[in-house]
Amino acid sequence: MDLTKLSAIELRQKLVDKEVSSVEIVKSHINKIEEMESSIGAFIITNGEEALKTAELIDKKIANNEEIGCLAGIPIGIKDNIVTNGIKTTCGSKMLENFVPPYDATVIGKIKGEDGIIIGKTNMDEFAMGSSTETSYFKVTKNPHDLERVPGGSSGGSAAAVASFEVPLSLGSETGGSVREPASFCGVVGIKPTYGLVSRYGLIAFASSLDQIGTFGRNVSDAALLLNAISGFDRRDSTSVSKEKIDYTKATVEGIKGMRLALPKEYFGEGIDKSVKEKVYNAVKVLESLGAEIEEISLPYTDYALSCYYIISTSEASSNLARLDGVRYGYRAEKYDDLEGLYINSRTESFGEEVKRRIMLGTYALSSGYYDAYYDKAQKVRTLIKRDFDKTFEKFDAIISPTAPILPFKIGEKADDPLAMYMSDILTVSVNLAGACALSVPCGFVEGLPVGLQLIGDRFEEEKIIKLAYNYERNRGDINGL
Amino acid sequence: MAYKTIIGLEIHCELMTNSKIFCSCTTEFGGEANTHCCPVCLGLPGALPVINKKVVEYGIKAGLAFNSKIAKETKMDRKNYFYPDLVKGYQISQYDIPICDGGYIEIENGNGPKTIRLIRIHIEEDTGKSIHSEDGGSLLDFNRSGVPLIEVVTQPDMNSPEEAREFLEKLKATLRYIEVSDCKMEEGSLRCDVNINVVDEETGVRTTITELKNLNSFKAAVKAMEYEEKRHIALLKEGKDTVRETRRWDEVKNETIVMRTKEDAADYRYFPEPDLVKMKIEEKWIETIKKNLPELPHDKKERFMKEYDLPEYDAGVLTQTKELANFYEETVKYVNDPKQVSNWVMGDVLRRLKDEEIEAEDLTLKPKDLAELIILIQDGKISNNIGKKVLKDMFETGKSASIIVKDKGLIQISDEGELTTIVEKVISENEQSVTDYHNGKDRALGFLVGQVMKATRGKANPQLVNKLVLEIIEKE
Amino acid sequence: MISKEDVKHIAYLSKLKFSEEEMADFTNKFSQIVEYVNKLSEVDTENIDSTYQISEEYQFMREDEIKESLSREEALLNAPDSQFGYFKLPKVLE
Repeated sequence: MDLTKLSAIELRQKLVDKEVSSVEIVKSHINKIEEMESSIGAFIITNGEEALKTAELIDKKIANNEEIGCLAGIPIGIKDNIVTNGIKTTCGSKMLENFVPPYDATVIGKIKGEDGIIIGKTNMDEFAMGSSTETSYFKVTKNPHDLERVPGGSSGGSAAAVASFEVPLSLGSETGGSVREPASFCGVVGIKPTYGLVSRYGLIAFASSLDQIGTFGRNVSDAALLLNAISGFDRRDSTSVSKEKIDYTKATVEGIKGMRLALPKEYFGEGIDKSVKEKVYNAVKVLESLGAEIEEISLPYTDYALSCYYIISTSEASSNLARLDGVRYGYRAEKYDDLEGLYINSRTESFGEEVKRRIMLGTYALSSGYYDAYYDKAQKVRTLIKRDFDKTFEKFDAIISPTAPILPFKIGEKADDPLAMYMSDILTVSVNLAGACALSVPCGFVEGLPVGLQLIGDRFEEEKIIKLAYNYERNRGDINGL
Repeated sequence: MAYKTIIGLEIHCELMTNSKIFCSCTTEFGGEANTHCCPVCLGLPGALPVINKKVVEYGIKAGLAFNSKIAKETKMDRKNYFYPDLVKGYQISQYDIPICDGGYIEIENGNGPKTIRLIRIHIEEDTGKSIHSEDGGSLLDFNRSGVPLIEVVTQPDMNSPEEAREFLEKLKATLRYIEVSDCKMEEGSLRCDVNINVVDEETGVRTTITELKNLNSFKAAVKAMEYEEKRHIALLKEGKDTVRETRRWDEVKNETIVMRTKEDAADYRYFPEPDLVKMKIEEKWIETIKKNLPELPHDKKERFMKEYDLPEYDAGVLTQTKELANFYEETVKYVNDPKQVSNWVMGDVLRRLKDEEIEAEDLTLKPKDLAELIILIQDGKISNNIGKKVLKDMFETGKSASIIVKDKGLIQISDEGELTTIVEKVISENEQSVTDYHNGKDRALGFLVGQVMKATRGKANPQLVNKLVLEIIEKE
Repeated sequence: MISKEDVKHIAYLSKLKFSEEEMADFTNKFSQIVEYVNKLSEVDTENIDSTYQISEEYQFMREDEIKESLSREEALLNAPDSQFGYFKLPKVLE
């Protein structure tokens, strides 16, 4: 039996039933990774030996009939911008090529606490800035469905690892769609939680007011399982919100009759690929057939979301990345004449072009004379975008749309056109700006390339979108036939 | 030609909390380099700040003590610039909504009370420290990175270096009173930057402001301001102006030196700190803090005047620091003569503090010990003069008054018989003085008393000697 | 329109530099992006508050307790250069 083809929930069940050991599970995934990595390139670093050690400890626990966590025995890929104690964490950048964090991110502690097994750090766009995982300093990750195409980004490695059966679960992060878009491109489920639901402590920051750690799984239940493990208030994250703990796996039940879904017309406009739209409309029909009520709405400020996003995220990023200066850690240039030179050379030599571009844009937006017109203006537009969502959620349970406006594109196709690359995010960024929750669930293939259905929920209403996604998943028919 | 000096101050004070402002590392001074650090105060990737409630409380306390308006809602902001001791490449500070708005401190400037207005008080984090290594490099220690500070900014209301010094003393005393900061400039827990310029009152022409930084004591600050005052006036007299620059004080050369200015008008790109959310300061919280505020210097002074029946001058001197005031009050508990105690504390004790350049809490002498001494004098066991000598001994050796008096045999001679013998001897050796006295020279009495005191090496009870000499002379 | 001078100034603030060859291409791409985000000026934001934080919550505050710090080894683990327990920079500071 190929253990790598099983879902996380199935694996854990087999473990509990003592049909299979944790060591066997990990071994089979290590083998799979070895098999796939030369073509997929999802991992920057793998942690096989340590993973096996952890697996042995879990097997001992089971042998002693001790209680085991909800992620027991499950190999998990971690996006390489989440710090792992003693394991290199690079953010896909030359700047942190050799950085070994002396501490664990809160979510890592939680995964370990639930007996999850960290098997490797996955590839990503440098400092999470990108939509294709092409800006990684180390390698380009390939889309498992078509090795000449991108897996999406910035959490491309995490999405590809799950899609290629290297791991059943992985963690990614979002600032403007970096979990949903690669989920869509790779044909897996990706959940972006409400801002504040999951601790950011240990997530190397891109944009502090937008970042959230998200989960990948091959089905909705798996992604929900991982969300359960990582969510919850954290005293070390001042933006963390205290809410009653919810079991998201309980939302994977039937019955969405009467749920009201909004279709924003701006999300189905001209810029969206026709074949993508078609698959999404089919999905909408499935939901309708299950009793959901669909209505077209307008989110009038959608057109400004991308500009708003690129100003706010780059402004915060320009400040968050200032600590990377070659003084206390990270890359330090070999040659420089003075302090200025040390800073300039260290940063210039180790940051990629896209990172530099965004730092520059952010610095510009915050600089003297421009703050009002850019950063502050964007924060005001953000209020208007959030209002659009708030108003919608007064009447509707969820918003439904395509996740990405296009099918996965070829590697290199948009690498030289930043604006064209940024357009990949137009359907996802509003969610981050509003702090809402959202997910992407596969809804079909166009010429073998996956299409993702996006469900957006109000803040802290993950249960609703998980329920909708689960019901859709159960009733969409054979995914390969879609 | 009338020239008016205009001085504004920007003071940074380290707060006396146990842990740092955004993490739980200790703020304890000393410690091996880089042993009081964590991901947050090292600015490691992924670390996030969590604000220390006590820091906010101390900010409110300071605002209340200085009559500021406390914000109902406040936030933190990022001040972005690059420097090796600034771990994140930005300092978390406060920009447009400081925790305290306005306020004032009253000083005495010789002509009466003067109000020095504050612009604001805000809370922020401190940076790490750098020292030079032997090979010319820099060594960085981040133990101090993240230590909480308040920044107090004044209006340019001071018009002389002396007024500025008065202000700093008052600020220091108050902050120490309310136990918010120990304000030790030499240790770096109080730092003061000065903005100074001069205006020609007749023509209205004013010089460009000079900024003074890296002043490491009140003395240095005053000297620097005095120097600048002169320099600005000299330039005005020549019809010239100063250049916009930052200077420091050079102890050795006794002059201000231009510092290498980093960049003129740095663009700090302030924006609200996105890793923290807005803070609410409830009225109830402010009330509780107000209620628990220690007695402030002014109120203590008033109380001393009333409770101990002291003149304003005495009360003022005694309450200049909380420790001195405590020392006084403790002593009075043992000795029922507030004015006597006041004299001793204002006189010999304060002099000792100034001579040794220490603070009241550093004294090895305890209130009980001083009380014991005063009681010995009250009981007539020793004279006041001997008492002063004994006190000096007590400071030096740490021994108690009674032990010193015993060891040195200083007990006052009050035995009439014994004294009569000595008086008679002195009188017999100074016939001329007796004659002088009878001829109306009253000073001769004093001389004779002095001789008796000399003969007894000061131990004779002066009042008794006086009485006896008079008695005996009169008889003759 | 963003000029080369603008780019140089922003680069100075960002502690980055571009070679002459890179300048033209970078300036060009940068201008396009700035042009795009200028779109925001079309939006009427009169009387609209800025959203600086997405949650409605007020800040929770931590008690003034001391917790264990990192060991010195951990603190210096990734230092490019260190000496006597300090982070080291060669002669660059005044």
